[in-house]
Amino acid sequence: MPGLLERLGGLFGGGVDLRSLISPGGFPGGVHPAQMKITAASPIVQSPLPPQLILPLKQHIGQICIPIVEVGDHVLRGQKVARSQGYVSAPVHAPTSGTVLAIEEHAVPHPSGMGRQCMIIEPDGLDEADQSMPSLCDYLDEDPAIIRERIRLSGIVGLGGAVFPTFIKMLRDQRHPIETVILNGVECEPFLTCDHRVMLEHGDSVVRGLNVIMHAVAAKGGIIAIEDNKPDAVDAMREAIARAGFEANIEVRVLPTRYPQGGEKQLIQAVTGRQVPAGKLPLHIGVICQNVGTAKAIHDAVCMGKPLTERVVTISGDAVPHPANICARIGTPMPFLLAQCGLRDLSGVRLIHGGPMMGERLPRMNVPMVKSTNGILAMRAESLYSENAQEEPCIRCGHCVEVCPVGLVPNELAWHCRNDQFDRGQEYDLFDCIECGCCSYVCPSHIPLVHYFRYAKGQVAHIEKERAFAELSKARSEARDNRLAREQAERAARRSKVRKSGAAEAAADASDDTEAGTSGAESGEKAS
Amino acid sequence: MNILMAVLLLGGLALAAGIVLAVASRVFHVEGDPMMERIDAVLPQTQCGQCGYPGCKPYATAVASGEADVNKCVPGGERAMLAIADLMGVPPKEVEEEAAPPMLAYIREDECIGCTLCIKACPVDAIIGAPKQYHTVVESHCTGCTLCVEPCPVDCIDMLSKPEVLEEWTWSAPGKASLVKLEGDSDARVA
Ligand code: SF4
Ligand code: SF4
Ligand code: SF4
Repeated sequence: MPGLLERLGGLFGGGVDLRSLISPGGFPGGVHPAQMKITAASPIVQSPLPPQLILPLKQHIGQICIPIVEVGDHVLRGQKVARSQGYVSAPVHAPTSGTVLAIEEHAVPHPSGMGRQCMIIEPDGLDEADQSMPSLCDYLDEDPAIIRERIRLSGIVGLGGAVFPTFIKMLRDQRHPIETVILNGVECEPFLTCDHRVMLEHGDSVVRGLNVIMHAVAAKGGIIAIEDNKPDAVDAMREAIARAGFEANIEVRVLPTRYPQGGEKQLIQAVTGRQVPAGKLPLHIGVICQNVGTAKAIHDAVCMGKPLTERVVTISGDAVPHPANICARIGTPMPFLLAQCGLRDLSGVRLIHGGPMMGERLPRMNVPMVKSTNGILAMRAESLYSENAQEEPCIRCGHCVEVCPVGLVPNELAWHCRNDQFDRGQEYDLFDCIECGCCSYVCPSHIPLVHYFRYAKGQVAHIEKERAFAELSKARSEARDNRLAREQAERAARRSKVRKSGAAEAAADASDDTEAGTSGAESGEKAS
Repeated sequence: MNILMAVLLLGGLALAAGIVLAVASRVFHVEGDPMMERIDAVLPQTQCGQCGYPGCKPYATAVASGEADVNKCVPGGERAMLAIADLMGVPPKEVEEEAAPPMLAYIREDECIGCTLCIKACPVDAIIGAPKQYHTVVESHCTGCTLCVEPCPVDCIDMLSKPEVLEEWTWSAPGKASLVKLEGDSDARVA
């Protein structure tokens, strides 16, 4: 039914999504999972410093950073210890003062359980800060380019979980003027309450941070979007706006609670009623979206000169005796955080990085929290649905189609992905799937639909890569064949000349070997 | 009368279509052997010779001419076999040999005598070096074909499996045993 309506909407000409008529609140589809926000009323507590901090050199989307300090060096809190490489990247800062113990591969929070280069820092307990970055309190007088550079240098990435380097979105672009900055305070994932607590306890910083963003992109308006299950956050933000005197251009928008409202495109549709066209970015319709936690980090970086070295994490799940919201240094090992919540024995426990809907199951436990860690859920193995459910055949009930916020047909799509028919999968818009998990959530046959889509996306990328490599190898092999043919022709020509002049043939032959070798080397070098 | 009209009309149409087709076949004539090229395009281009031909293009030529079976490419595995069978319009055939995991050649440089024999063997010019100098393999170009191992007179080339990196990891299909061992039950207790 919704899919049909969308098609009909398409017939009436662009942009009109008839499905939004039957689903009030903007975006189509969605589900209402149990909230489980057990930690909503727990104030943020500051974590002590762990014995060791494990700092992955890549915590963002983009290229890995290059360390700029050496093993044995003493570093200060907020000192840049690894610089970014390439445009899409974000530097890493020491979370506290101490000594660099090692720069080596260490397990990171990733569903593969693999490791990557990390810097291990042993805190000296003094927590001395690097004061070299001045605060830009009067940011309204600053050139937006300076603010943008400050945000880049402070290593700020989207703290909602996407970890895309924030400065990239903060561009004043004549062709795409930004009208509205939307702050995402939706936090639609069950269990997670870190953004909620940030809004309650750091409301002023959040509003100030939003104002910095608005100044940087020259936007006239700001909207803080909050779901109606957090009335206290709504009040807190309204008060903070009033305190700062921004009532004229910043408003709080209360949205009916529905998952996945926090998805960037879904939120924009819910707030503005406009759809971001497929393959376009929010800025193309004059909007940018940032998470409330990111806004606070921007405030701290710009107004206080503090790079991103800590964040708030929700520690929850049914295996955790005392769930909490903890503000911890980036790089704090997860077992250290869980121990603070009373969970010491990790046997029979499953860790989920993020929320239960979109989070990833971690095969390794001794991993650090990183910039993207908004929640760590420790679940008992028995209560982990994905582990205990048995996949059954699709009964074509169509529930998955109804809830998909992107308007896909998950059951058909999964069929093609399961049969490795990735071309067909792409015809069914595989890559538009935002992996929200609504379809898996409602499927009465326990089909792990999203898992099929993640699998298929990975396979498509893998096949693409192989094809590109094959193309390259083919070109190199053809170049070699041509070179060999040319050399043979030259040799033949030379031989006949030599024969004609009656000189010794042996000389020509002796030089052949070396020639083939060096020319191989030359073309190899050229192509590399 | 009516029947005559119909015959003339259809006849005329057929004639016109025939002329259009004849012209089109000349105008859009493609040089070379398109079937060979299309088969070559689905081969992995490892250039390893495991198919019994001296490279991917010769194998593609042999398949296109009907001389070789569709299931001979080892690194291509089932995917390449299915694609070729599909192109040729013949029933798929079981791939007989399992492909080895992807490998890269490494030259133990301190043992290399700089003889250039491996350079000559490499089908994709992935080895660089000059006579009497260390040779080395350009990792990003090596197809793992193993053809350089045999010619080396001092046996200083190793085929090592390609290092697994996090960036290239992808999700395995649901239900299939994942390669990741779960630490859950054995993980250390935290004091
Ligand atoms: S996971 Fe993908 S297919 Fe499933 S509901 Fe979400 S967007 Fe749609
Ligand atoms: S929800 Fe599950 S059973 Fe129902 S149509 Fe979708 S895949 Fe099939
Ligand atoms: S086995 Fe496959 S990869 Fe190797 S040469 Fe033959 S066609 Fe190419």
